Amino acid sequence: MHQVHEDQQIELNRPIPVKHYGRWLLTAFLLASAVIVASSLATNPNFHWDVVGEYLFDAQILRGVGWTLALTLVAMIFSILIAAALVIMRDSGNPVLSTLSWLWVWFFRGTPVYTQLVFWGLLSVLYPRISLELPGLGAILDLRTKDVFTPAIAAIAGLAFNESAYLAEIFRAGFKAVDGGQTEAAQALGMRRMKILCRIIIPQAMRMIIPPTGNETIGMLKTTSLVLAVPFAYDLTFAANTISNRLYLPIPLLVVAGLWYLSITSLLMWGQSYLERYFGRGIDRNQISIAPKESA
Amino acid sequence: MSTVSSDVCVDIRSVHKFYGDFQVLFDVNLEIAKGEVCVVLGPSGSGKSTLLRCINHLETIAAGRIYVNGDLIGYSERNGKLYCLAEEAIAAQRRNIGMVFQRFNLFGHMTAIQNVMAGPVLVKGHSRRCAELLAMSLLERVGLADRARQYPSQLSGGQQQRVAIARAMAMQPDVLLFDEPTSALDPELVGEVLETMKDLARTGMTMIVVTHEVGFAREVADRVVFMDQGRIVEKGAPESVLDNPRNPRTQAFLSKVL
Repeated sequence: MHQVHEDQQIELNRPIPVKHYGRWLLTAFLLASAVIVASSLATNPNFHWDVVGEYLFDAQILRGVGWTLALTLVAMIFSILIAAALVIMRDSGNPVLSTLSWLWVWFFRGTPVYTQLVFWGLLSVLYPRISLELPGLGAILDLRTKDVFTPAIAAIAGLAFNESAYLAEIFRAGFKAVDGGQTEAAQALGMRRMKILCRIIIPQAMRMIIPPTGNETIGMLKTTSLVLAVPFAYDLTFAANTISNRLYLPIPLLVVAGLWYLSITSLLMWGQSYLERYFGRGIDRNQISIAPKESA
Repeated sequence: MSTVSSDVCVDIRSVHKFYGDFQVLFDVNLEIAKGEVCVVLGPSGSGKSTLLRCINHLETIAAGRIYVNGDLIGYSERNGKLYCLAEEAIAAQRRNIGMVFQRFNLFGHMTAIQNVMAGPVLVKGHSRRCAELLAMSLLERVGLADRARQYPSQLSGGQQQRVAIARAMAMQPDVLLFDEPTSALDPELVGEVLETMKDLARTGMTMIVVTHEVGFAREVADRVVFMDQGRIVEKGAPESVLDNPRNPRTQAFLSKVL
């Protein structure tokens, strides 16, 4: 049977697609496996689903979720700011700043984040007092370190400093990926270095920077579980461990923590896709439609 | 120090340049008058693009001086000593020198009109409203008013280059430098860009054009300069350089491209 196009007399091809028997076989196998796993999840009493349900919205767990989110976001914001400064210093052409930036990345990337967190926790042992004296004026600042460097501050500093070293390299790669002609065109217009960076390079580098930075944010979410090293005792993992130690039931509390980490990750991924679409404007072809009407 | 008469726009004096040990420019001397259209021809690697990029200090010169409107480019000279200019001062000099690139180099995250507005708004600090009026009139002049809200990736090469010309003109420069503006274009798109440039030449714009388009040189140039291996080997009116070349290298080059 031939189908003929309405207005023109064109006989359309109707090729028979290649048959993928292997795919059907694999799908059947995976479905069967999923049924087995699901039934074991449902029937194995050791999962203690009643306990999962009981503690999923427990006050201590929710407070842990709040702290984990807060640590993640605040540490990421600081690490992004530090990393931006590090990249600008690195490419500034000033050998002193460039070396400083290199040393920072070398040190914080070169030691384990756990070690760094322990160190920041011990800072008040190392330096019990922070004071600033000016000749002729005497002490203008004198504080106990443990009042300033609280566990929360130590945790955020530890996470942010460590992360900034990785982000700095991601940012640098993103800046490098912007075509050199963009800088030349901006220079030819008479723009200065910082303006070229802020208005020409960064907006275009964001496209390259956002996916790995989202990756790092999700990594940070899980790294916050190490703040126990400070010691900081309010995050999600610590809360879940405390409860499971009390109940002698580690599995259901692991499930509770896992479900929360998964939901936060999903939320972060959703936010990332928005940012990607915004900064892909003009370049990613399918995203051109969201062009802002406003101008340069 | 400069003894430039008021009708000279660009004054290139004994310029030498090296890339490492390799010398790319040898004692280049060239004066371009206000309103003059100077076309620089020559084989690839002859140093013509490099010379152009020295004029707005995208490349530094090893010896010699370049003046634009009597202003020494890239340096200041006091008591016989040469001082590097600070970044701000170099940026200020570049504001009077427009440049159009072979690969267009439009800002990819900005629409056509935003590209044209970039100079007035981001460099000169003009209001958006003011800049938008100017940008729109320039886009109309290059025949792209209907493409104002499109991104470079949605425009053809010829259209992108016309936007780039409008972007350079938006700074109202004293001189426009063209670095092989049609070399990256499909043959059928070359015409529209050359047409735009001819239109510009008619308005009395001072232009230095590095190109391989001999036809454009013949029709529009006030003067043709022929470069080879880092040297200016011949310069003069287009009829004399293109039709009666004296230098054997010019003769060989023209016999190949014509």
